[in-house]
Amino acid sequence: MRFVDEFRDPEGARSVADAIAATATRPWTIMEICGGQTHAIVRYGIDRMLPGGISLLHGPGCPVCVTPPGIIDAACALASRPEVILCSFGDMLRVPGHEQSLLAARTGGADVRMVYSPLDAVTLARENPAREVVFLAIGFETTAPTSAMAVLYAEQEGLANFSLLSSHVLVPPAMRQLLADPASQVQGFLAAGHVCAVSGYRDYHAIARQFGIPIVVTGFEPLDILQGILLCVRQLEDGAAKVENQYRRAVRHDGNRSARTAVKKVFKVQAQEWRGIGRIDASGLTLRSRYARFDALDRFAEVRVPRERQTECISGEVLRGIRKPDDCPMFGKLCTPEHPLGATMVSSEGACAAYYRYRRMPEHV
Amino acid sequence: MTARPAIYPSCPVPADSGERIEIGHGGGGKLTQQLIDRVFRPAFAVSEEDLTCDSAAIGRSNSQLAFTTDAYVVQPLFFPGGNIGSLAVFGTVNDLAMAGARAMAISAAFVIEEGFAMADLKRVVETMKSAAKQAGVGIVAGDTKVVERGKADGIYITTSGIGEIVSPGPIRPHAARPGDAVIASGDIGRHGMAVMAARESLGFEPPIESDCAPLFKPVQALIDGGIELHCLRDCTRGGLATALIEIARCAEVTIAIEQAKIRVCDPVRGACEILGIDPLYVANEGRFTAIVAGSDAERALTILQRYDHAAAIIGKVGEREGSTDAKIRTIGNTRALDLQTGEQLPRIC
Repeated sequence: MRFVDEFRDPEGARSVADAIAATATRPWTIMEICGGQTHAIVRYGIDRMLPGGISLLHGPGCPVCVTPPGIIDAACALASRPEVILCSFGDMLRVPGHEQSLLAARTGGADVRMVYSPLDAVTLARENPAREVVFLAIGFETTAPTSAMAVLYAEQEGLANFSLLSSHVLVPPAMRQLLADPASQVQGFLAAGHVCAVSGYRDYHAIARQFGIPIVVTGFEPLDILQGILLCVRQLEDGAAKVENQYRRAVRHDGNRSARTAVKKVFKVQAQEWRGIGRIDASGLTLRSRYARFDALDRFAEVRVPRERQTECISGEVLRGIRKPDDCPMFGKLCTPEHPLGATMVSSEGACAAYYRYRRMPEHV
Repeated sequence: MTARPAIYPSCPVPADSGERIEIGHGGGGKLTQQLIDRVFRPAFAVSEEDLTCDSAAIGRSNSQLAFTTDAYVVQPLFFPGGNIGSLAVFGTVNDLAMAGARAMAISAAFVIEEGFAMADLKRVVETMKSAAKQAGVGIVAGDTKVVERGKADGIYITTSGIGEIVSPGPIRPHAARPGDAVIASGDIGRHGMAVMAARESLGFEPPIESDCAPLFKPVQALIDGGIELHCLRDCTRGGLATALIEIARCAEVTIAIEQAKIRVCDPVRGACEILGIDPLYVANEGRFTAIVAGSDAERALTILQRYDHAAAIIGKVGEREGSTDAKIRTIGNTRALDLQTGEQLPRIC
């Protein structure tokens, strides 16, 4: 299949891995931002193709993992109201809040539905005028435009029974936060290609300059990731700190203008809680006051978003790239996808789930 | 690195009461296994072997019978390539075929929701009639119940089937042994993606068609061809991966397959890529995996390719390696295949 097979070609992958080995003269630590990249790395064993000195850290770019549990609690509280149809993306339904997940709420009788797009939630609102349709809107710059479009369509159609429970997050502020952490070992970034396809990578130049760190906008197939690593290692060896674009077939410098315009029209930037990481300034999106009537927290004023409680799970450190999933004594023993102790084990894009799925056997078999 | 704080902010243990049936209990993965182990196995006290085969063998003489039953629930009821009626007939015919048995007779029980369109019922029944004809089996007994509106999702069908075992030796998961070849009877993933696309109106062009089909003919051809068949399993709920894992557990072996050998047609691959779904775990209704003696592998393949040119030898059975049931070789890696926890859910982005 075009655009897939050529990027999964074993020989091509081997030759890029060889080029990385020939380029690297000392150890380097690179973080891939996106959970989709983590998934591909672990699934295809890309980290095992690299020379010993190159280590990959898994970043906070799993939208499900960083959604604060309080938002899920609020979603469950909304879902328990008889007039509400609560919908979200499939992956989101399994993630536990403090008390339960949306799937558990559905098992208990709540009307929780999986949708593929926020626009499907608008359709549900149109078809169910006597019900309140709430869309749990999560994700990075990639999913924010469709949430914005959903609000704009709902406004255009005059729908009075549609609202968003919004918990959208932005990548660049999280990168800054990670780099500012004295515990950070990150020397180079693979930026998330799909995020940049929407937002472009203008904002990344300042980060590269300020922290003296190379950033390579990278795709998601095995060859994309290996090429991204090669570009990053070349910069590190040369002492460079530029923004480069490996994922040219999808990403332009300014991103997708109409998507950015829709997001800007509907949302404004504000501080945001990240699960396991905490509050990051200017890292979230909230509805502008002119769209407040589409804000579920405005509409159902009695629903609260509780603060995140503290536990002993290390997923916060996994999300910040400070520790790896199998560093955790509970990994694969007390903590499994059937009984997850943290969000990184629940989501299929979470680093712990990826390790559990693909890494529980000896290295060479 | 600085010292780590003593307490890390993150999420707590989710509630897992086990007090209610969850959707995942029907997904064919770990939760389904747990349900069988904790509820059905203790109650029905049948042998482990009977529970792990698609059909149970009954009778004591050389002429053995196979018996099986299956319930069918699907939304939407009609999808490209079939409907709940064709599933109900072929599913049971195929479960018998996987025991090396030719279907002799089928019964069908219908639970119908009040208000269900008569025209739809007729369409389902007509499909069952032609499916039974295609499979060369009669539907000889039936039952109908109607429940109040809202108490069922349109129509549910349960079929049971009895068949005559025509294979010379027993065909069962326990018989897989090191050195055997693993064959897939065709490309995978069509049925599950066809239903998902139809259910969610995903509008792939051209639409993905279910592979729903009877499987006895290729099985009979393998038997007639004198192939040393050890195990057959249709790759329905849970897909090819789940079928292989279940076989490996029964036989206490480790099955190794190669990603590059597994055929997935482009429309299914595209849909799986878009949704973040692994085709290895997607349901099929007209594909099976055959575990045959290694020395018969090429001959078996030639026979199966007469029915589906996409049939392929995808791997082999090896000695048991620790806790690994099945493993797959990809680009830079060999990784273990595990049962899924519940349903496959589409990824977010």
